[in-house]
Amino acid sequence: MISDLLSMTVLVGILTSGIRLATPYLYAAIGETFGQRSGVLNLGVDGQMLLGAFAAFYVAITTGNLWLGVLSAMIIGGLMGLAMAFVTVNLHAEQGISGIGFYLFGLGLSDLLFQKLLGTVETVKGFRKVFIPVLSDLPVVGEIFFRQNILVYIAFALVPIAWFILNKTTLGLKIRAVGENPEAADSLGVSVARIRYFTIILGGTLSGVAGASLSIALLNVFQQNMTSGLGFIAVALVYFGAWRPWGVLAGALLFSLVNSLQLWIQVLGIPIPSDIAVMMPYILTILVLVATVSRVRAPSALTKSFGHDD
Amino acid sequence: MSNTDQEKWYSKLFDASLPILATLAALIVGAVMLLLLKVDPIEAYKAMWEGAFGSKNALAETLVKATPLLLVGLGICISFRGDVINIGGEGQMIVGAILGTLVGITLVDWSGWIVIPVALLVGFAGGAIWGGIPGVLKAYFNVNEILSTVMMNAIAVQLMNFLLRGPMIDPSQAELASKIPQTARLIDAFRLPRWAPTRLHLGALIAVVLAVLVYILLWRTSWGYRIRAVGQNPHASKYAGIKVKNYVVLALVLSGAFAGLAGAMQVYGVNFRMITDGSASGFTGSAGFNGIVAALFGQLHPIGTIPASILFGALLVGANKMQRVVQVPSALITALNGLVVVFVVSSEIWRRKRQKRRMAATAPGGEGIFPAETEITEKPDNEEVGS
Repeated sequence: MISDLLSMTVLVGILTSGIRLATPYLYAAIGETFGQRSGVLNLGVDGQMLLGAFAAFYVAITTGNLWLGVLSAMIIGGLMGLAMAFVTVNLHAEQGISGIGFYLFGLGLSDLLFQKLLGTVETVKGFRKVFIPVLSDLPVVGEIFFRQNILVYIAFALVPIAWFILNKTTLGLKIRAVGENPEAADSLGVSVARIRYFTIILGGTLSGVAGASLSIALLNVFQQNMTSGLGFIAVALVYFGAWRPWGVLAGALLFSLVNSLQLWIQVLGIPIPSDIAVMMPYILTILVLVATVSRVRAPSALTKSFGHDD
Repeated sequence: MSNTDQEKWYSKLFDASLPILATLAALIVGAVMLLLLKVDPIEAYKAMWEGAFGSKNALAETLVKATPLLLVGLGICISFRGDVINIGGEGQMIVGAILGTLVGITLVDWSGWIVIPVALLVGFAGGAIWGGIPGVLKAYFNVNEILSTVMMNAIAVQLMNFLLRGPMIDPSQAELASKIPQTARLIDAFRLPRWAPTRLHLGALIAVVLAVLVYILLWRTSWGYRIRAVGQNPHASKYAGIKVKNYVVLALVLSGAFAGLAGAMQVYGVNFRMITDGSASGFTGSAGFNGIVAALFGQLHPIGTIPASILFGALLVGANKMQRVVQVPSALITALNGLVVVFVVSSEIWRRKRQKRRMAATAPGGEGIFPAETEITEKPDNEEVGS
C-alpha cells in the first residue's frame, strides 16, 4: 500500500490538494507578516478568520453572490483589526493577551451567529475551479497549479506583491522602520500609530479572506470552530518564514503538503492511525521552529508598544 | 506616613475595581448583542443569575466549574509573573488527565487512599512535562512559547483521540460496534469525596489550599522571587546572578503542572472517565483558555484568582440556564469572556498611569528592586511596591 503513494495519480493528487490547502494559511500569514514587521503580534487571527468565514458563508448563502461574501469577510476582519489596533496602539494593551481576547470573542460570536442565523450545517456552492487557458492543459503541472479556484490564485499572487511592498516601496520601508526602531522612525516624522493601524487592519482584512477561502472556496460549509486553530498555525508560519513573504510561502506549502499527504494516507487506508497522522504537521512545525528560529532575528520592536500612556 | 497608607488603600481599591468595570462593560456589550438577537437582556441575565446562584445545587455547580479555572489560573499566575505566556493549558489538562486516568484504570486492586493522591500527582507531573517541553524550547532554542504551547495543544488532542479510540478504550466499548471513544469508568472507591447530593467535590477545597500555597511560593520563597524577577527584568536578573533560563523552564513546568492537575481532577471529581468528541474543549470545557481569563481578572494574584474563578464558573453555569430559558446559545459567554480579557488588558493603562504618578511622588529610585523599565515591563505588579 505504501507503493500506492508513489503512483503518479496519487502524487498529483497530493500536490494539487497541497496547493489548495495552502490558501487560508497564505492569506492569514501574509497579513500577519505585515503586522509583525511593524511590531505588532496579533494572536487573534483565528477569531478573525472564524468571523470572516461566517460572514462570507452567510452572505453568500443569502444573496447567492460569492464576491459579496468575500467583501463582507474583509469588512468584518478589518473591523476586528481596527479594534485590535485601538487597543494595542492607543491603550498600549499587552499584545499577546489582547489577541487571545479577540480570539475568544471571534470564536464565541461566530458560533453564536451561526446558531442563531443558520442553526444547521448547510453547504454553499463555492468558487468553482478556473482553468487557466493553455497552462491548465500542460501535463501534470497544469492539473496541479492551473485548475484551482480564484481565491487560490490570488493567495499565491499575494506573496510577490507583499514582498514588493515590504522591500521596494516607501510604505514598506516605513513599516520595517516602525517594527525595528519606532523611536527613530518617529523622529524622522513617520507616524508609528498610523503605520500600525494600517498593518493591523490589513492583517485583519486578509484574515477575513482566509476565513472566506475556507467557508466558500475550499470546504463550502460553516461549522462552529471550523478553523480549529488554523489561525495560530498561520502566526507560527510567520516566525517559520523569518518574517519574509517567500519564507512564509515555503512554510505554508510545507505545512499544507504534509497535511495533504496525511489526508491521502487516510484515503488510501495505509495503516497509520489517523489521529497520529493529523499530529504530524504540528510536530513538524515545532521541529522547524527549533531549527530556524534561533538563527533569525525577529523585528526588534515586536510586541512592544510605542509611546507613553499619557 | 498615614498619608501614603491612605493613598495605597485608595489606589488598591481603584486597581481592584478596574476588572469589575471591565466585566460590567462586557455585560453591557452583551446586552446590546442580546437586544440585536431580539432577546430581553434583563430576562437573560436573570436566568443566568438563577442558573449560577439560585439554589444550593446551582451554587455547587458553579464551584465545580470554577475549580479547573482556579487550578489553571494558578499556573497562569506563575507563568505570566515570569513573563512567560502559557497558552497550552488545554493540552496540559489533557495530558494530565490521560496519565491520571491510566493510574486509576490499571491499579484497580489498590486502595483509594493511595490511588487518588498518586493519580493526582501523576496528573500534576504529566502537565509539568507537557509545559516543560515548550519551556525548554523557549529557554534553549528561542522558540516562542505562545506558538509552541498552541502546537502542543493540537498534539495533545490527537494523542487523546488516538488513545481513547485505541489502547485506552473501555474494554466493553471495544466489543461494541459503536466504539464510543472513552476509557473505562473509575471504580467507586477512586472517586473524590462529594458534598452529596451535589457534584461539588473535594477538589474545590484542594484548589483553594493550593492558591494559598502558590501565593507563598511566589512571594515568600526564593524560587518565586526569582521567577518574578526574571519576569520583570531578565537582563538585570542575569546580572544579579539568576540563571534566567532555568526559571523560564520552571515557570512553564509549574504552570503546566497545575493545568495537568486540573485535568486529572476533572476525571476523579466530575466525570470518572475520559471521553472525547474529537476536540480539546470537549474534554476541558475550554478551561485551559478560561483559566487565563480568570487569572488576568484576578490580577495575576493567586488569592484574587479565587473569586475570579467563581465569577467565570458562574458565567459558564449561568449560560447553560440562559440557553434553556431564553434560547441564547452559551457561545455568547465565550464571546463575552473574550471581551472581558480585552477590556481588562486595556484598562491596565489607567493603573500604569496611577503607578507612574505615585512613583513620581515618592523618592526617585525608592521603588522596586530593579531599575524601572516602564516601556517594556508593563506587567501588573503593584504588590511588588513596598512589600
